Amino acid sequence: MDQVNLSIDAVEIAATPGTTVLDAALGAGIYIPHLCHHPDLKPAGVCRLCMVEIAGRGTTPACLSPVEEGMVVRTESPEIRDLRRVAAELLILDHRPDCLVCAKNNRCELQRVAAHVGIDAARLARLRRHEKTLPVDDSNPFFTHDPQQCVLCGICVRTCNEIAGVNALDFAFRGFDTMVATFGNDPLVKSRCESCGECVVRCPVGALAAKDFQQPSREVKTICPYCGTGCGLLLGVRGNRIVGVRGDPDSSVNRGILCVKGRFGIDFVNHPDRLSTPLIRDPAGGSRFPGFREASWDEALGLAARSLAAIRNQYGPAAIMGISSSRGTNEESYLFQKFMRAVVGTNNVDNCARVCHSPSVTGLSAVFGSGAATNPLDDIEETEVLFLVGCSPTEAHPVIGMRIQRAIAGNGVRLIVADPRKTRLAQSADPWLPVRPGTNVALLNGLAHVILREGLHDERFIAARTEGFESFAEKVQAYAPDRVAAITGIPAGDIEAAARRYAQADRAMILYGLGVTEHSDGSLGVMGCANLALLTGNVGRKGTGVNPLRGQNNVQGACDMGALPNVLPGYQSLEDEAVRGKFEAAWNCKLPVHKGLKYTEAWHFVRRGRVRAAYIVGHNPALTDPYLQRVEEALAALDFLVVNELFLTKTARLAHVVLPAASFAEKEGTFINADRQVQRVRKAVDPPAGCKTDVDIICELADRMGYAMPARTAADLMDEIAAMVPLMAGIRYPRLEEHPLAWPCLDEKDCGSRMLYEKSFPRGRATFRAIDHAEPAEAPDASYPLILTTGRRLQHYNCGSMTRCTPGLSTLCPEERLEIHPQDAAGLNVREDEMVEVASRRGKIRVRARVTDRCSPGVVFLSFHFEEVPTNALTGDRLDPMACTPEYKVSAVRVAPVEGANVG
Amino acid sequence: MERRLDAILSSFAGQEHELIPILQQVQRELGYLPREAMLEVAQFAGVPESRVYAVATFYAQFRFTPIGRKHVMVCRGTSCHVRGAPRILEEIERQLSIKEGETTPDLSHSLETVACIGACGLSPCIMINNKVEAKLTPKKVAVLLRKAGDDD
Repeated sequence: MDQVNLSIDAVEIAATPGTTVLDAALGAGIYIPHLCHHPDLKPAGVCRLCMVEIAGRGTTPACLSPVEEGMVVRTESPEIRDLRRVAAELLILDHRPDCLVCAKNNRCELQRVAAHVGIDAARLARLRRHEKTLPVDDSNPFFTHDPQQCVLCGICVRTCNEIAGVNALDFAFRGFDTMVATFGNDPLVKSRCESCGECVVRCPVGALAAKDFQQPSREVKTICPYCGTGCGLLLGVRGNRIVGVRGDPDSSVNRGILCVKGRFGIDFVNHPDRLSTPLIRDPAGGSRFPGFREASWDEALGLAARSLAAIRNQYGPAAIMGISSSRGTNEESYLFQKFMRAVVGTNNVDNCARVCHSPSVTGLSAVFGSGAATNPLDDIEETEVLFLVGCSPTEAHPVIGMRIQRAIAGNGVRLIVADPRKTRLAQSADPWLPVRPGTNVALLNGLAHVILREGLHDERFIAARTEGFESFAEKVQAYAPDRVAAITGIPAGDIEAAARRYAQADRAMILYGLGVTEHSDGSLGVMGCANLALLTGNVGRKGTGVNPLRGQNNVQGACDMGALPNVLPGYQSLEDEAVRGKFEAAWNCKLPVHKGLKYTEAWHFVRRGRVRAAYIVGHNPALTDPYLQRVEEALAALDFLVVNELFLTKTARLAHVVLPAASFAEKEGTFINADRQVQRVRKAVDPPAGCKTDVDIICELADRMGYAMPARTAADLMDEIAAMVPLMAGIRYPRLEEHPLAWPCLDEKDCGSRMLYEKSFPRGRATFRAIDHAEPAEAPDASYPLILTTGRRLQHYNCGSMTRCTPGLSTLCPEERLEIHPQDAAGLNVREDEMVEVASRRGKIRVRARVTDRCSPGVVFLSFHFEEVPTNALTGDRLDPMACTPEYKVSAVRVAPVEGANVG
Repeated sequence: MERRLDAILSSFAGQEHELIPILQQVQRELGYLPREAMLEVAQFAGVPESRVYAVATFYAQFRFTPIGRKHVMVCRGTSCHVRGAPRILEEIERQLSIKEGETTPDLSHSLETVACIGACGLSPCIMINNKVEAKLTPKKVAVLLRKAGDDD
């Protein structure tokens, strides 16, 4: 694009058209005082400090003046100085003057402005009126809001609106009393504020300031350990301690933006409850953990190796089950499955994708031929219509949620949401489809029915790139809107409107979550989404596609690395002799031919005595798996259980040996995020004394079992992965230093594949799948009349082992609440905050009620983060037959107030 | 409250620019802007609740606490001021045991001051529920408030 030439203070500058005089000046190193300007936000022009003189135009704010060819700008003159001085003085007069006790001292824009403009202290003292006395809001555990330090630049208000899309803040009152406030001037924690801290990082003064700020002495670039978004982090380190977190502005995923967990949720790394010595089960105890004694690494590893070897020798390798961590690195998952296959000699290896996104792999593979996200997340801003099915990104993938809000507000993206709950994004949706849990397939077929009936399908795409269309078209004949309305509970008109909106868009993109996969027909639900994309030609182009929002930071990677019982790394076939031969030669072993157990099936085999031992890395099925009474029973029945963990979780408490592991901040490696980008995880601090990385633990265990792992560092492991996995053959650490690479990345010249299926599908054509609705495994009835569906809270993550060891997050969300619709609550005589008992056919729990119309009538909602409220004591273990993923999202329950618990 | 609110909202289209007339009607109907009503209005007009609060707090006409059955407005215009408005206000505050801007706990009276009622010839004067009470003295105030109280 042509540059615009202008002169600022007699310096010739070439600027990009569309930028402002202020941007151009700052970019050229010419400081113009400013407070309300922020490069991430639209200009506001409220502080009046950036006044400049533009020839022929007089004085004007630089932040509101776009650059023009031949413009002549002066940034200093007596007149400008006077204007700025008055503006600065008025701000300082209202501002508490004690810089020395301010958290932002020396990092304050107002100080910089004052220094530049020159402030006459005597004149200020004369002009100063009474000081405002407004209370400081320090309700938020992570930052304070001190209105007396505020310069009313509005950056926080605009950040909350433009960046976070939360709109918790605005200017309230007027004149001298104007202040930034939440609704009702409530404390921040009582407001809509989601504590992402984006306003805090942008506040130019001390009005919004992080508590406990410590200047880091160095920063380490890495990847967030929470959800599958894969945000770039800069960990601020002092000595051997993480003291702060910044969003990585160079990350294409988050562009510097973070959510509350990423920014403030890293404290668990420093938590005193971190395990730091191997533990061996001993009824006599002797450690700070009852039932365990401390042991040396030598003893613990020796015991683990001997026990695993003994069980293998006595019962065969198939008597041992391994579960890899979806939170660990790729290198660890690769090494772990190699340990299970080459050292133990079994394909009984799995990871926690089994209980979340395995149906994405089966469903997407069945249609497209490969089981991962089709398009980059950047396409959220490129699409016309975004269709969210069974996901609440503002809670579970907050930075994606923010991107969606920005895309709606800034790019005019239209949103359709199918979700039984009126989530934050459902409120911006048109239409919102409040689908009855367990009826996704009917809804998706119904949408296809309308699209076909109205001729909105893409015939050219269907003819050129797909197969199986006729039987699919015939199948969806039976899903007329009236029938689908009766099944799903969604008005027929809304089904038609959604179908038209999705199909008529030039570019439409589907994002879906566990609300699609965690059903007894989860794989079919995924196919239903993919069918819709094929039907409308929304595949292989910018702003289209079907993207699963993967739950954990590296659940994509754990699958890609072959921590799965039915495929080798890179989804290579176990049955293929050539493939097996390649691995056998490289690993110097004989590989088992039979597919291993999916771990959700394995619990049954424990009860039958066929599985006698398990090795679990960084996973807590005793809390996160459905029907956890049975899981607990199975874990307790094992002859031997060894667990690598950071904390003594519920699962670790059932182990015979617990090995203290290093956290994400204490090791090298890579994670793969929801859109297949392989990103580098870097060591920021040393692990606590006594902890080892999972790579070291697994290698040393293998040593003791008589197998020397040749690759024993993360970089060497990545080289081995590249050699063994064609999809990732081009991925090497030196390349990842530059930027992430999305697989497939076939050689060292390949820049990776952000978008899949541009020209063809892995099998040539994609296949429509004719699928049918089936009622969920458990329908509500007279005894259990409500549907329980489960999910995540913004402030917590999975089993809570990390977030609940971050004190501030627990302050924000201290306990679980049952969400119940006012209508149901009234019928059951349940009131807000009251203790209720929730019972299913499998168990019962006690929890306080939150009466809210976020839930549809007949549906109640719980998260599964809290050990005290073990939601999975209620959920059932009915599995999707293809992926063996349990139906977390539909359980029949009854709710009743607890007599006597609510007195006082 | 919900029904009265629904009746008001049903005459609007749910657009952001309707915010001020909606709030005015809600206050006319309910006497003030309860939190729940503002939240409802925010949802209806499709604006963030913080924005509704921002708009409502900007204008002096909106109130956030219930108003007493007798709405007492004390004129502090120049004429009233020189003829003793401060003493009148003081007496009312003493009689009602509330300060300017407050409402009695039994919701019988609210007390406000205004810049000028526009009845300078009758100063010092106050208004009680739109009725001007003229040429007051502290003694008359006591009688007046007792009488006003009896009207209940």
